[in-house]
Amino acid sequence: MTSTPQHDIAEHLQTVPHSRALGMRLVSQSDDHCEIAIAYADHLVGDPDTGVIHGGAITALLDNAAGMIARPRDMHREAAAIATLDMRIDYMGPAEPGFDVHARAHCFKRTRNVAFVRAAAFTHSVDAPIATCTATFMLGTRNTPFRQEPS
Amino acid sequence: MKLLQALRDEGRGQDIDALVAAIPYAQFLGLQVDRQGDGIVTVLPFQQHLVGNVNLPAIHGGAVGAMLEMTAVLQLLYDTACAHLPKTVDVSFDYLRSARAKTTYGRAIVTRHGRRVANVRVELWQDNRNKPVAAGHGHFLLSPLDST
Repeated sequence: MTSTPQHDIAEHLQTVPHSRALGMRLVSQSDDHCEIAIAYADHLVGDPDTGVIHGGAITALLDNAAGMIARPRDMHREAAAIATLDMRIDYMGPAEPGFDVHARAHCFKRTRNVAFVRAAAFTHSVDAPIATCTATFMLGTRNTPFRQEPS
Repeated sequence: MKLLQALRDEGRGQDIDALVAAIPYAQFLGLQVDRQGDGIVTVLPFQQHLVGNVNLPAIHGGAVGAMLEMTAVLQLLYDTACAHLPKTVDVSFDYLRSARAKTTYGRAIVTRHGRRVANVRVELWQDNRNKPVAAGHGHFLLSPLDST
């Protein structure tokens, strides 16, 4: 099972506005996994009393990592999009303030239409996850602009 | 909890606007809250930095997920006095349609409110309330005010 080349993922993180706004960067990648990370930042905080990053930022990170490894290598980014069908996240504990959060995703099955992915978010070690996630993606969805609708 | 306690001390225990203003990530997303009848509706005006697919364009699944989670938590805080912000145990999101480059609205219902944990259902839509762009549910750990 092959997936997107590394240079493509790194470039992709720079191109997607929300990924760039969160400061996502590629850490490592192989054929069946990819790992991306965000640096701790004040604007990502969800609980001002503890300084813990908001679950929503972890959601975005997990969704991005999972979505990137879901894409088959031969499915070009411009030709077809992939769309998250569903996503379940379990939160094991808070992300320790001040530390980068990593998300490591593994695609364990692709069919013609659907990719099945597991991912984990962690600060210190992938063996001590702060959140785990299971997601499915629809492959080859439309990637042409929506028609402007009269408002 | 300093934030919720401070709001209560000011007699604004249910001032969801003040709460949203105090949460940096909600400010980063640009989340707003609208009161409608006896409930609240979350409002996320479109901004370029929310985009996940530039070709369509569509809002990033992570931003959609974040809004679902925030809508659920804000509804819990609106319904009950909590000592601390509820902690997310798990969330499950169904992405039903592309969230387009326009304003998104959200509404949550607390399906089951126990002493320690609550189950919340939430739905997001854009133009048409009957055509949700995303739906979800989650469990949240609570810290009732009287137990602290």
